[in-house]
Amino acid sequence: MSVAATQQYDDNPRRASILTLLMEPTDTSHPDYYHRVVDCQWACPAHTDVPEYIRLIAQGRFTDAYMVNRESNVFPGILGRVCDRPCEPACRRGRIEQKPVAICRLKRVAADHRDDVTKLLPKIPKLKNGKRIACIGAGCASLTVANDLMPLGYEVTIFEQYGEPGGLMRTNIPSFRLPQTVLSEEIGMITGMGVDLRLNSPIKSMRELLDKGGFDAVFVGSGAPKGKELKLPGREAAAANVHIGIDWLESVAFGHVEKIGKRVLIIGVGNTAMDCCRTSLRLGADSVKVMARKPRGFFKASVWELEDAEEESVAIIINRSPKAFVLASGKLTGMLFDQMEYDLDARGQITAERIVGEEFLPADDVILAIGQENAFPWVERNLGISFDKWDVPVIDKITFQSTRPEVFFGGDAAFGPKNIIWAVEHGHQAAISIHRYAQGEAVAERLAPTVNLQSRKMGMHEWSYSNDYTPVERRLMPHVSIKERFKKLNIEVELGFTAEQVEQEVQRCLNCDVQTVFVAKLCIECDACIDICPVDCLTITHNGTENELRPRLKAPAKNLAQPLYVSAGLPQTGRVMVKDEDLCVHCGLCAERCPTAAWDMQKSTLHWPLATAEAASLEARKPKIA
Amino acid sequence: MTFIAKPKVAHPSLPRNALGSTRRDYEGALSTLCAGCGHDSITAAIVEASWALAIEPQNMVKLSGIGCSSKTTAYFVSGGHGFNSVHGRMPSIAMGANAANRALTYIGVSGDGDTLSIGLGQFCHAIRRNLNMLYIIENNGVYGLTKGQFSASADLGTKAKKGETNFQPPIDPVLLAMTLGASFVARSFSGDKEQLVPLIQAGLKHQGFALIDVLSPCVTFNDHEGSTKSYAYTREHYEPAVHADFVPLQPEITVDYRAGETLPVVLHDGSRILLRKLDAAYDPTNRTSAATHIQERMKLGEHLTGLLYIDESQRDFHDINATPDAPLNSLPFETLSPGSKVLEKALAAYR
Repeated sequence: MSVAATQQYDDNPRRASILTLLMEPTDTSHPDYYHRVVDCQWACPAHTDVPEYIRLIAQGRFTDAYMVNRESNVFPGILGRVCDRPCEPACRRGRIEQKPVAICRLKRVAADHRDDVTKLLPKIPKLKNGKRIACIGAGCASLTVANDLMPLGYEVTIFEQYGEPGGLMRTNIPSFRLPQTVLSEEIGMITGMGVDLRLNSPIKSMRELLDKGGFDAVFVGSGAPKGKELKLPGREAAAANVHIGIDWLESVAFGHVEKIGKRVLIIGVGNTAMDCCRTSLRLGADSVKVMARKPRGFFKASVWELEDAEEESVAIIINRSPKAFVLASGKLTGMLFDQMEYDLDARGQITAERIVGEEFLPADDVILAIGQENAFPWVERNLGISFDKWDVPVIDKITFQSTRPEVFFGGDAAFGPKNIIWAVEHGHQAAISIHRYAQGEAVAERLAPTVNLQSRKMGMHEWSYSNDYTPVERRLMPHVSIKERFKKLNIEVELGFTAEQVEQEVQRCLNCDVQTVFVAKLCIECDACIDICPVDCLTITHNGTENELRPRLKAPAKNLAQPLYVSAGLPQTGRVMVKDEDLCVHCGLCAERCPTAAWDMQKSTLHWPLATAEAASLEARKPKIA
Repeated sequence: MTFIAKPKVAHPSLPRNALGSTRRDYEGALSTLCAGCGHDSITAAIVEASWALAIEPQNMVKLSGIGCSSKTTAYFVSGGHGFNSVHGRMPSIAMGANAANRALTYIGVSGDGDTLSIGLGQFCHAIRRNLNMLYIIENNGVYGLTKGQFSASADLGTKAKKGETNFQPPIDPVLLAMTLGASFVARSFSGDKEQLVPLIQAGLKHQGFALIDVLSPCVTFNDHEGSTKSYAYTREHYEPAVHADFVPLQPEITVDYRAGETLPVVLHDGSRILLRKLDAAYDPTNRTSAATHIQERMKLGEHLTGLLYIDESQRDFHDINATPDAPLNSLPFETLSPGSKVLEKALAAYR
């Protein structure tokens, strides 16, 4: 720009303050920068390389897609059905046309269509390293620890209280959502590594295990097995027909419960409540009501689980606060509720609540699904394992180490109930800690994540990824008909995507990991990228503070959760290139139109260190004898 | 050149104009010009200006001749009428169309070859007639379509890509237009949309011939060291003299401007151009002093830019020739063709 135009900016009285706070050029060498652009991978606790496996599915390479998944999330077949999918609300596609890519169900596609992966699983050394590790509970966290440590030569023993491994995945997730065969096969891949799996072996005393077990480290992955109680009048007298949700689901899973009354009330609207109401319908109930204390916006259950329950004609009744269990001649006849009313402010937060009436609802059975917590009656309190004032163990958030150095916690046992994918990541991190601890290294000094970039340019107008935007809407998961699905408890409701659906759904992925990489010194400020960008995410302008810059971009950058990229000063005018990452569709047209290759499309690969990488790095640092 | 078309996906909060259209609705076909061509930026500026003025696409007429520049009319407002004429003859087509239908908005896009070499005569006469149109010259100093020979606007001493020096003096379209009595003369740069977009808006609303000479670097044949029309050279040597802000007609004028700093020019439809002088000595309403000033700066190797001359009081083609107020296609047949008796009467008047 000309001298005069710059002067015009100089005359601005706010110039002095702006000058001192100009945005610094973005440091894209920080591993978080490009990682964060891949919204799904950033949101996934285990940082699964979602765009990569979706591309592999698009190429029909289901086995490879499965292995990319297995690397980070260990249970792709299971998670492809029941993951809490933090990736989907984060998906950029959801900001462009409301519905995100069906990331979770594409994972299932890879799992359903893969070949045998036995030969691709990590090799287990015959010669062990002499270190023995105990895992308590055969749930997803412990299994992940075993999965990560077995290839390094550890001897891992898992103690499980029930006769089958799987933990919550087996006891609390109904088989019409997660078939037992899928569960058993993926657990089998880990136990098949030579894990010493001791079923029907509940740990009764931590002291005994630590003193007499002969283990170098102990991992507690015992979950959050205690369902919350609802102490109201009549609770004890009605005990025969009032069930704790997670205990009841477990009894159903093991075949101890096969029937329930005709009219069932579920208290609570979390995901456990959704499993309880749908299971009830399959055990003979014909009227199931889910009772919510608050209005819809406050439900804990995932939107898709609510949809699936409502598809099965479960009634969700809001603004009812449980008051008492009602009995007649010693038997439960129903429950009494207070009818609630709430005042909400502009942001939808409750500012006041009041009782406006009372309602009796008849019921033969009531299931309580109002939360669960971890509980450690078997851990003596004088072992050096500290518990805080809520009687929760004190755990390091990064290393998962307790205050007793050889004891680690993970999964729901560590920080209370979360979900499978979080437990898997806890397991990965605990495995790194256990390895470092067992090798006599400081547990907190771990490898940092790194990001590699590689150009996708193949030649003139050729990019080695599918860069065109495909305007198709999210595919709907086909379900077994309502009539058919209730015939047996274990009929899987979701059928999986058809080949045609897969073909379309994979094209919805925007390849956010194919990054727009800018080199300021090559830019001649011709505006070609700015003119071609379909979503107006680029601007060349004079620098400013972030607050002042965001509203004056070509499309105002209103989503503060998404970062701005700011380049170094451009050679000809000293202005800066600003990119709002929010809505970039990664079409590559900026790079395609750039006459000087100042923009390039480069695939970022995140290396999120797991125990194997940690072990390799420790090995590389050992002194060598040549 | 890009082989995937710009996807239809758009920013969800893209603003809408008075017609409910977004900027995307004013785009055209996929550009086949070189990546980084200044012409594509001018296209984007035309898209922006047409959208901001809420011109109904079917009321827009896009005219061009031959050359890289003349391809650009395909790349904006695909809903408009287009005419790609013989080399240098675009003004004739514009003349005819304008004479027949004065209700449409006319935009001609030409290049330095199409305008200053083969079409120079046509260009001059369109200016003399004060034809009601916006005439944009995408000026890059070379014949890009025939591999970069010097054009008539190549500056003295500029170097071609292979190193030859130009020894012939350039024709400057701005000075030429001013001597021919043009009523709206502007110069701008493809790389400065803040200046260019309001100029296009003002030019489209000006009653009469509006010329905007846009320096538009040829990224393939004229963007090297030694060229006086490269991006880098243009940025160093162009001097905004007068900035023009376009203020559309609104029931209440809410724009606040202090006397002495801004000079409002009211256009025929009531909309305004606010002129802000960046060079205190420059007067964009005085043809003689403006032309002198431009020439003096040119001697120093500088290009003055902005709205360099405006005279809203000049009579346009329709006014001078007393043409009917309505488009010819809206007149009844009897009025258009009054019959042989009327013809005889008219001829008799000359006998």
